[in-house]
Amino acid sequence: MDNLIGLIEKNGLIFGFLCVGIIFLIGELLSKTIFRSKIPGSAIAIFLGLLLGYLGGLWSDGEKGIAGISLFAGIGLLGGSMFRDFTIVATALGANLELIRKAGWLGLISLLVGIVLFFIIGVLLAFAWGFRDAASLCTIGAGACTYIVGPITGAAVGASSEVIALSIAIGVVKTIAVTIFTPIAAKRIGLKSPESAMAFGGMMGTSSGVAAGLAATDPSLVPYGAVTATFYTGVGCLLCPSLFYLILNFVF
Amino acid sequence: MTIYGVALLAISFLLGQWMGSLLGDWLGIQANVGGVGFAMIFLMLGKEWLVQKKQMTSEMTGGIAFWSKMYIPVVIAMAASLNVKSAVSSGSLALVAGIIPVLASFLAFPWIMKKFNPKHHG
Repeated sequence: MDNLIGLIEKNGLIFGFLCVGIIFLIGELLSKTIFRSKIPGSAIAIFLGLLLGYLGGLWSDGEKGIAGISLFAGIGLLGGSMFRDFTIVATALGANLELIRKAGWLGLISLLVGIVLFFIIGVLLAFAWGFRDAASLCTIGAGACTYIVGPITGAAVGASSEVIALSIAIGVVKTIAVTIFTPIAAKRIGLKSPESAMAFGGMMGTSSGVAAGLAATDPSLVPYGAVTATFYTGVGCLLCPSLFYLILNFVF
Repeated sequence: MTIYGVALLAISFLLGQWMGSLLGDWLGIQANVGGVGFAMIFLMLGKEWLVQKKQMTSEMTGGIAFWSKMYIPVVIAMAASLNVKSAVSSGSLALVAGIIPVLASFLAFPWIMKKFNPKHHG
């Protein structure tokens, strides 16, 4: 047995492939039996992933979900930013460059609307929760954008480490919320064409959430959502600690 | 050769990420601005160019297609390695500020599409 565990720890990524394959299989089976194929297997598998992330975090008392348990460290490598971005780029194989060019300005508008909307609501909620200083408000508003914009903004405007940690947590909740709600809401909000996926990616921004949510909705939309979502964090990091912070500083 | 397709994907990825980080540096922020988006555009242009030169074989396409199909499994692995525990237990503001703006965006989304979609303007 020790032999096997040693072998798995040495070949973590390979074991990760096996684990994800099993999770996917369970997701498909649940989809077919309990949900009568109304919810796609991939959506259930992603949800199971989140559940394992929660349980793994409880078990290992760490920050990396199930990857915090050394036996499952390979899942963290497989789910890390390198493979995530590499496979997202590969989805461009099925995308139409002409469509992306045509919907470019729609993407740009939704990007700006999305960042402003998330930031303002984040700031208002922080205000309602009793925060009154510009640095904390700005950091929490930035965290509502993504879990990367939050800490970068917090460091730039000199927010306390508690507020920065909170902004990361808000960003992770956002990613999870987008993952879960996208397939549920897709039909009702008219998310079905490449153009709408580009606008959606720009508005929601969280690359992981948009990618996971669209994957569970319609995998052919993933490249269009990803191509705009990838600009969100960068533009957020540009606007939050500068223009938005100046405005907040002026108000408070 | 399958590896040519994977190599095309790899060079597009690296060039795109490089461009994204250069753009981030140029803007003076410690973040990658649009690296994945640039990489996707490089991949599409590279593929187009090879198709026109009649050098894009189905094996090469297969080398890229494999990775694009691995996309959902990677997302599952990513979900399993998120810090879900602290996200759920960071108190009410984390949950509210993470969820409310997402719901608001879902409400605003059809309006944006109606207002700005080029299709409605001809």
